[in-house]
Amino acid sequence: MANTIIKFNGVEKRYGDTVSLKKIDFELEQGKFYTLLGPSGCGKTTILRILAGFTDASAGTVTFKGKRINDLPANQRKINTVFQDYALFPHLNVYDNVAFGLVLKKTTKTVIKQKVSEALRLVRLSGYAEREINELSGGQQQRVAIARAIVNEPEVLLLDEPLSALDAKLRTAMQVELRQLQQRLGITFLFVTHDQGEALAMSDEIFVMNNGEILQQGSPVAIYDEPINHFVANFIGESNIVKGKMVADHQVEFVHQCFECVDAGMRPNEPVEVVLRPEDLDLTSVDQGNLVVTVDTQVFRGSIYGIMSHDHAGNHWLIHSVHQSTVGRQVGIYFEPEDIHVMRYGESEAEFDARLEQYEGEADEKI
Amino acid sequence: MKKYSAFYGVPYIIWLILFVIAPLVLIAYQSFFTIGGQMSWANYQTYFHSGTYLRMTLNSIWYAFVITLLTLVISYPTAYILNQTRHKQLWLLLIILPTWINLLLKAYAFIGIFSQNGAINHFLRFIGIGPQQLLFTNTSFVLVAAYIEIPFMILPIFNAIAELNPSLINASRDLGATNWQTFSKVIFPLTLNGVKTGIQTVFIPSLSLFMLTRLIGGNKVITLGTAIEQHFLVTQNWGMGSTIGVVLILAMVLIMFVTGERRKRGGDK
Ligand SMILES: Nc1ncnc2c1ncn2[C@@H]1O[C@H](COP(=O)(O)OP(=O)(O)OP(=O)(O)O)[C@@H](O)[C@H]1O
Ligand SMILES: [Mg+2]
Repeated sequence: MANTIIKFNGVEKRYGDTVSLKKIDFELEQGKFYTLLGPSGCGKTTILRILAGFTDASAGTVTFKGKRINDLPANQRKINTVFQDYALFPHLNVYDNVAFGLVLKKTTKTVIKQKVSEALRLVRLSGYAEREINELSGGQQQRVAIARAIVNEPEVLLLDEPLSALDAKLRTAMQVELRQLQQRLGITFLFVTHDQGEALAMSDEIFVMNNGEILQQGSPVAIYDEPINHFVANFIGESNIVKGKMVADHQVEFVHQCFECVDAGMRPNEPVEVVLRPEDLDLTSVDQGNLVVTVDTQVFRGSIYGIMSHDHAGNHWLIHSVHQSTVGRQVGIYFEPEDIHVMRYGESEAEFDARLEQYEGEADEKI
Repeated sequence: MKKYSAFYGVPYIIWLILFVIAPLVLIAYQSFFTIGGQMSWANYQTYFHSGTYLRMTLNSIWYAFVITLLTLVISYPTAYILNQTRHKQLWLLLIILPTWINLLLKAYAFIGIFSQNGAINHFLRFIGIGPQQLLFTNTSFVLVAAYIEIPFMILPIFNAIAELNPSLINASRDLGATNWQTFSKVIFPLTLNGVKTGIQTVFIPSLSLFMLTRLIGGNKVITLGTAIEQHFLVTQNWGMGSTIGVVLILAMVLIMFVTGERRKRGGDK
């Protein structure tokens, strides 16, 4: 990549016998917004800590602009962090917390004043400069933590669940602010969250993690549309996942029926998992549907109805529909071949990419 | 709820009245009686007009200050390093252990160590410097006093450092602070309360050390503690002894006030 700013090469982290990170490889391009997404304890904070220099990698190299920084002390890295536990200095007020980094850089007082008030304005805390930290709510503290980091305008900003304590409205507002700030200043963001909606909304690239591994990396659309395995499909958005069989290229069988699909490159009759997103399923009449299901429950979710149903083979299907249905009624569900996504068991991201390249290449040749 | 807590407070209140308030009142009361038995301010007048007493006061304060400073300089780094060690509770225990030994025993042990035929002079002789007068010097008095007080200084500082959130140190480093800047801007201010507690627990008793001034210092330094002891046990002038006692108590209150925790209000700068 042209503008690689950060590179992890085979980075591992072990605490005694427990392995927190297993061979992490990734590259971050300058000026992009990256998100680490994964369940609690999967190693997100550990990656940030290694990158910021608070802990050493047990193996592997970390490079910053092509230079190995494994042994560079934290205070010499052009990286700032928004801590998961905020880590605000309790003996300093809001102003002095935010100004901390600038004072160390010997910035002049007037510049500090201006930058601090700009940062506080951005996190919607103008007028709180003279408050003590223990006089702030959790969400306000979290925003001070954001202000304290962004005020330094680092090349890379690490944000460890920086919006977790905010209410929905403020959270959305801060998402927009952060994204705009990131684009305006061209800072590389590495953002940690376990909220998949937030990840999809903000990121250029998402890393989905589980158990100390990066399972899949890609744009929000790619990860949403083409999850490589059950875990990713389930973690990102809601999914209907059923067992199936790849009869041949572009032919997949599930619920004892054969459907046309866009996936290929697998062994004939290979067992697979099939993903159908609830919003891709349309409710129709029984004779027009690809599948026939019985409605079990129906939940109003504001803009849509969430309809739970089951087919004759016992699979559960979640359907998002703008139209209401009736519990107990038999309905048809309709989907297009492009809506079907086929996942192989135990396929790694590299294998997935290779297969995709191969059969898309074949398709191109045919044209 | 309220009733119960008041009930459980009774033994404490009795204890407080018998052993804290009553003695204080008695001392204050005694201090107004001259050796002849008249009630007057005479003792206070004597105290504040006599060069001897004022010199003793200054002496006491000066030595308490030196002892406290020495203890602090030794204890802070020790407490800090102790916190980095793997078995920190064990190390702490080893440091606290000497406080379980009677003060008098420790003093006699030092007499042995510092004496003409003691371990240190043996060593000095061995390396060719020859024996020195160690016992009954001011230096040995300060050293022994510091030795005895060190655990009381280490303990509160150790606890303050242990309570420090390690994220704060990371945050400081993250924002570009060197080790020294992290120490002076984050670690020290946040452990200051431990230091203040340590100073209180060391400085105040050091004002009235009388046993050590005699056994180790050879009574070269006469502190207020010595004076009180002499008045009560030798000259039997209880009134004057009590007066000095009152002065000491007031000094302690002053120290507590100066080093005490003041509530920091928003916006004070
Ligand atoms: N100092 C440590 N000693 C031992 N194990 C640790 C230590 N720090 C982290 N771990 C382990 O490493 C794993 C990853 O931790 P990490 O903090 O990176 O998780 P996370 O993805 O940030 O989780 P969360 O979303 O809950 O913050 C966890 O299983 C955790 O128990
Ligand atoms: Mg975390």
